[in-house]
Amino acid sequence: MPSTPAGPTASGAAALRRPRRVRALWLLVVLAVLLLLVVASVMVGSRGVGWSDAVAALGGSTEGFDRAAVAKRIPRTLLAVVAGAALGVSGALMQGVTRNPLADPGILGINMGASLAVVTGLAYFGLTAASSYVWLAIGGAAVTAVFVYTVGSLGRGGATPLKLALAGAATSAALASFVSAVVLGRNDVAGGVRSWQIGGVGGGTYDSISQVAPFLVVGFVLALASARSLNSLALGDDLAAGLGERVAIARGVAALSAVVLCGAATAVTGPIGFVGLVVPHACRLLVGVDHRWLLPFSALVGAALLTGADVLGRIATRPSEVDVGIVTALVGAPFFIYIVRRQKVRAL
Amino acid sequence: MSTTRSTDGAPGSIAPVGETPETPPSILTKAPATTGEAVARGRRRRARRRLVVMLVLATLVVVVYLASLMIGKTFYPVSDVLRVVAGDDVAGASFTVGRLRLPRASLAVLAGLCFGLGGVTFQTMLRNPLASPDIIGISSGASAAAAFAIVTLSLGTRAVSIIAILAGLAVAILIYLLSYKGGVAGTRLILIGIGVAAMLDSLTAYVLSRAAEWDLQAAQRWLTGSLNGAGWAQAVPVLVALVVLTPVLLSQSRNLSVTQLGDDTASALGVRVDRTRLVVIVAAVGLIAFATAAAGPIAFVAFLSGPIAARLVGPGGSLLIPAGLVGALLVLVADLVGQYALGTRFPVGVVTGVLGAPYLVYLIVRTNRAGSSL
Amino acid sequence: MTTTHTLVAENLVLGYGDRTVIDGLDLLVPPGQVTAIVGANACGKSTLLRSMSRLLSPRGGQVLLDGKQVHKTPAKQLARTLGLLPQSPVAPEGITVADLVGRGRHPHQGMLSRWSAADDAAVAEALDATETAGLADRPVDELSGGQRQRVWIAMALAQQTDVLLLDEPTTFLDVSHQVEVLDLLTDLNHARGTTIVMVLHDLNLAARYADHLVALADGRVHAAGTPAEVLTESTVKTVFGLDNQVIVDPTSGKPLMLPIGRHHVTVTPRG
Repeated sequence: MPSTPAGPTASGAAALRRPRRVRALWLLVVLAVLLLLVVASVMVGSRGVGWSDAVAALGGSTEGFDRAAVAKRIPRTLLAVVAGAALGVSGALMQGVTRNPLADPGILGINMGASLAVVTGLAYFGLTAASSYVWLAIGGAAVTAVFVYTVGSLGRGGATPLKLALAGAATSAALASFVSAVVLGRNDVAGGVRSWQIGGVGGGTYDSISQVAPFLVVGFVLALASARSLNSLALGDDLAAGLGERVAIARGVAALSAVVLCGAATAVTGPIGFVGLVVPHACRLLVGVDHRWLLPFSALVGAALLTGADVLGRIATRPSEVDVGIVTALVGAPFFIYIVRRQKVRAL
Repeated sequence: MSTTRSTDGAPGSIAPVGETPETPPSILTKAPATTGEAVARGRRRRARRRLVVMLVLATLVVVVYLASLMIGKTFYPVSDVLRVVAGDDVAGASFTVGRLRLPRASLAVLAGLCFGLGGVTFQTMLRNPLASPDIIGISSGASAAAAFAIVTLSLGTRAVSIIAILAGLAVAILIYLLSYKGGVAGTRLILIGIGVAAMLDSLTAYVLSRAAEWDLQAAQRWLTGSLNGAGWAQAVPVLVALVVLTPVLLSQSRNLSVTQLGDDTASALGVRVDRTRLVVIVAAVGLIAFATAAAGPIAFVAFLSGPIAARLVGPGGSLLIPAGLVGALLVLVADLVGQYALGTRFPVGVVTGVLGAPYLVYLIVRTNRAGSSL
Repeated sequence: MTTTHTLVAENLVLGYGDRTVIDGLDLLVPPGQVTAIVGANACGKSTLLRSMSRLLSPRGGQVLLDGKQVHKTPAKQLARTLGLLPQSPVAPEGITVADLVGRGRHPHQGMLSRWSAADDAAVAEALDATETAGLADRPVDELSGGQRQRVWIAMALAQQTDVLLLDEPTTFLDVSHQVEVLDLLTDLNHARGTTIVMVLHDLNLAARYADHLVALADGRVHAAGTPAEVLTESTVKTVFGLDNQVIVDPTSGKPLMLPIGRHHVTVTPRG
């Protein structure tokens, strides 16, 4: 493993490192869990499916209800994996850029901004292709991110977790009203309030996924490129600059990547919250704070989390299902509360 | 010897005790009449401003109330409206005004009063204008419980109100307990409230999605607040809550003002902080829960009423009544706008959300800039 | 005008959580005098003050005001006799000086009572005493640190208590404002006979302005008496762990403590 950047304290450097073996082990564990969940997602659902049917459906056959059911689950699973990865990495990036343990696309209202932009495009500009409204989603996410961050940084102390969270919550509520307003006016076109206020992976199709794929790829590449800079930025802007980091550019690239990933995912799924919050914290426990490991892990754990949440949503209330956005909120919010409690008030 | 020393010992003079005029001058000499006058004048000026603002707000509420009875697909003149209110039977108007518009407008006023009072109480208690019951989960709890009671359990209005208030109190207790770690820090409480709100909002969405079909109207009421289909059955419990709980709040209004100085200073001034907090929060939660059970969590009214009232009335006085009146006005105006001013009919919650958003942003900016956030 | 009150702590035990901060402390506050409490950080000075003003319940022992337990006295009644200015008071946004000082009248007002002439007079006196009358209509958050502190003291004055406790009233002020505030408190004590107890972190200012100096260490009173009696080299060494030399301050005749560190000293520490 290349040497970690020299931290100002011994404990800082030590925290950055984890034995390579431990990380590799966790990598295997996470991959195995992900694989398991993917299989479960394909197999399990409102109807149970046999093994042979599942395999045949994977091969492309859609005869019979069972295989057709599986065939529908594949793009759904794929979307859960891809969107989960994107949201996980996006959250890790946001927490790194803002140095704020509570940053998350949902809490900061960025998801809602993306939704609003898409819904507006759908309702008023008649855009239907996923590729066109991905741009809108990313634009909406970017504008909201800048707005919330600016508002949250005013005043004493800069962007403290509290101010950022409040700015995000208030903005999110405001934007949700706008979404309601737009959709109510053009209910037919916009596809209903529900899909734009609660995120779900049920609407995933190969088509929509392939249209956002290029954006996701760009986002992931930018994220990995930012990994080393984020390690420096964690020490504070001044120290990072002292270490030779070009702070403004590094933050810009990381933020851009976060916004692209979040926007692209939200364009297809609608707003899903808490994945970006929970995943980085969990990954930090596993592999430490070195972003070169943290980011890839966040992708994998995020994918696992979202897939798992979707499976849970499908089996918990058979034969109906619970949207993934609701599951992540119900599971993620207690975790958020746990994180808040753990922090010393002064650190907040 | 010392100059004016009231013989009855009343605190009217502070002539130095036992000192003759020849001693080295101390700055503690008898208060010149002008300072006392200036203080009294300032106080009277502020009280006058407060009174004027309250009267103007009350008048506006009455005017808009009457207007919402008059305006609609059919326009009824004031005379007809007043006759209907008086109880006379007027052809056509009796139904439209008496059965449809009157309960709706009345609920608008009552709910607005509740949200305004409840919101400003929380903001004062937590010393942060951004810590409003609709952000920290109280409204979300009441509306989740109400949605559950109505959609899933199909209960009647009285039961729904009771469940909503119990849920609101339960959420308040939950947030308090969760944020208690050797004492309650306002920061932690607000953040935990945000988390709890997110959870409850998703629960509400889930309950609504379980409804026979995605009933848009039900969704609107329980997600953002709506007065559609409001009747006396919804309005009366809110009235009862107001009548019972408002005096409780008002009785604590002085204590509440003093707690703004910080817990220690307030205790030093003789305020029983814990007891005041408890009484006031129970009353506020009660008001919010009853209003939410009837009209849903009308977005931002609780949030904005206090700060708007503060701008109008100026700092230093009790904001309870002005905030209540502002809330009533907001809901009335928003409902009118939502019904008739725009192309489609929008529920009141969407209107307050959309119109409130810019002011909300302005408020956050101002609060952060002034540094009065925690 | 002021009646003298006896404020006594007997065998006081105070703590937070599982930490005991004050362990068996006895203190007699001399009535009508200025008492300063000093000690190392986190030795319990603030805790002691808070307990004496009923903010913190004792785990053992008691605080007596005129022979009656402070913690059994109703809050408002106590607030008419004993006032406290805590370390970081909060001023609501935009509140004017006159309003803030007016809040000090709270213990004298019942739930339904309206503002009386006596209230106005008390506020006016307090403003004049602290020379903040000219600031009466200005918002408190626009004032400088020194002015703000004077306004808070005015609020405590408006409370018209015979005993005034102040928790670090000079900590965030620059030196000229520190002296200003301490002079004001001395005026108050001389003019009205108010008993003043203040926690100070500056040893030398405490020695100069106090009639009675109390040094805390290990959760107890280590030394109490006149500044000359208490501010000795051995006491400072014990309480603060600091090598020092004590001389007589030529400007006031009170003891002056000179710290001795490792550099820039020409004397070797004694003892």
